[in-house]
Amino acid sequence: MDVPADSVGFVSPVKVYFDQMLPLASGASLNDFDLMVETYGELNASRSNAVLVCHALSGHHHVAGYYRDQMKSEGWWENLIGPGRPLDTRKFFVIGVNNIGGCHGSTGPRSINPATKKPWGSEFPVVTVSDWVNAQSLLANRLGIDSFAAVIGGSLGGMQALQWSIEFPERVRNVIAIAAAPKLSAENIGFNEVARQAIMTDPEFHGGHFYEHNAIPQRGLRLSRMLGHLTYLSDDVMGDKFGRDLTDGQNEYQFGFDVEFEVESYLRHQGDKFAGYFDANTYLLMTKALDYFDPAKPFAGDLSAAFRRSKAKFFIAAFSSDWRFSPKRSKEIVRALIANRIDVSYAEIESADGHDSFLMPIAQYHALLRQVFAEIRV
Amino acid sequence: MSEHAMNNANRADFDVVSAWVPQGARVLDLGCGDGALLARLAKERGCRGYGVEIDCDAALAAMKNGVNLIQSNIEGGLAFFGNRSFDVVILSQTLQATRHTEALIKDVLDIGKSAIVTIPNFAHWQVRWQLGIGGRMPVSKRMPYQWYDTPNVHFSSILDFDRFCAEKRITIERKIVLAGGREVKWLPNLRGETAVFLIRR
Repeated sequence: MDVPADSVGFVSPVKVYFDQMLPLASGASLNDFDLMVETYGELNASRSNAVLVCHALSGHHHVAGYYRDQMKSEGWWENLIGPGRPLDTRKFFVIGVNNIGGCHGSTGPRSINPATKKPWGSEFPVVTVSDWVNAQSLLANRLGIDSFAAVIGGSLGGMQALQWSIEFPERVRNVIAIAAAPKLSAENIGFNEVARQAIMTDPEFHGGHFYEHNAIPQRGLRLSRMLGHLTYLSDDVMGDKFGRDLTDGQNEYQFGFDVEFEVESYLRHQGDKFAGYFDANTYLLMTKALDYFDPAKPFAGDLSAAFRRSKAKFFIAAFSSDWRFSPKRSKEIVRALIANRIDVSYAEIESADGHDSFLMPIAQYHALLRQVFAEIRV
Repeated sequence: MSEHAMNNANRADFDVVSAWVPQGARVLDLGCGDGALLARLAKERGCRGYGVEIDCDAALAAMKNGVNLIQSNIEGGLAFFGNRSFDVVILSQTLQATRHTEALIKDVLDIGKSAIVTIPNFAHWQVRWQLGIGGRMPVSKRMPYQWYDTPNVHFSSILDFDRFCAEKRITIERKIVLAGGREVKWLPNLRGETAVFLIRR
């Protein structure tokens, strides 16, 4: 398998064990925990060039590069990261980490609950964005990183980047939050609840203990993903991609309920693929972390108060066709930052790809990110 | 794109703005183009603040100039800023391209303790000549657009702006009329190409 010259190339993850307690926002705690981590580039002598990449709902630590002998194994933000790419690994030491509660190797619902010696399942404590950022800070300690040159993320990942500046203002010099929101709207929470209900009402869910029944709530996961996908796209891009096309070049209706429209086929395919590898309990946890994210809550809803201690320079970007976390939501963040006289730039990028745009190599978007990273001194 | 994104190398009005802005002022530049003015104010006057620009190429250029850039149209962009949060709001060659100009100036004087407004003079003799004698909409180096593709919708003369301020009880603290990079004192409304106003409520 050949990899492009400006890719970080073949990579492999590392499991990092933390023999220490991780107190969680819920009041629960983990006695010890693992984080799955990948890194690209070299940490410089002054340890000032580290960039943390935070993942979104279904992401993980494999952000860039490829796994040897594994087809289609490129990282989820491959187009951004590599030698010569906007987040240039010749300059930066880039870290990807799977968050607590995830299903890609970090401690999560599939891990063994020390109290019961069985998989945690639905008893895994509910985790928050703040919990993740705390765990990430312990990883930074382990790597000897006092302060990140930047923390970057899209969507739920962007929320973690924001949380970094709130929780550890001294430890992050640049925050890059893309297609994010300062908190979920009722509609956002509503979509998450439908997804959770799809999973929890699947008979194969077994109250979250499906592992011991050798079952997987695939139908529920599939529905969650189909719904999710709809909210990540836009009417325009779906019109372009599928329109009202029928599968297999057919022209006539079949007057039945089998897959008929291309869009149905696409959604079912996405749903099946996802249900094949993603953990149902992780999905519930990730959506809950989204719902609970509200840094203004301890400040009586005043978002600008939440950023009062922030010292980082910010870059906030949103996409014109993103209706899940629309530009309006990013503007709320920008306004709160400006109220604190914080250095911030905001870009609203024209794109038809909806919420998913943040993963696309859109020329204007990548040019801006290239500039943001070029400006960072390490 | 605002006009000062296009040609800012030798802008005499930039010299004026730079001279009028207080040292260390918090500045908001509405329609900042490539951010050249803000970059200059940061360097020469130790100013800090933000630029607002809608054009995406100009926005990237402004970021390259080290400016805090908010990509937005000017009128929508005001919602980002709280009242009295800037010492000076700059409207450099942008007013003529705004739609709700009166409301904009009111909002600008809420956000800023003062504003520096630069306008092209629509009563310049060449403009009068082209329209009055030639019978055609004026096109010049400073106003390079045809009537059908111009972003400019609210042209005024220097006298018009004077009168506007008087009617709206806006104080004109300073005013300078320029042509060819030099101050014009004799027949300014006829000979002036641009005028720079320092206004406050």
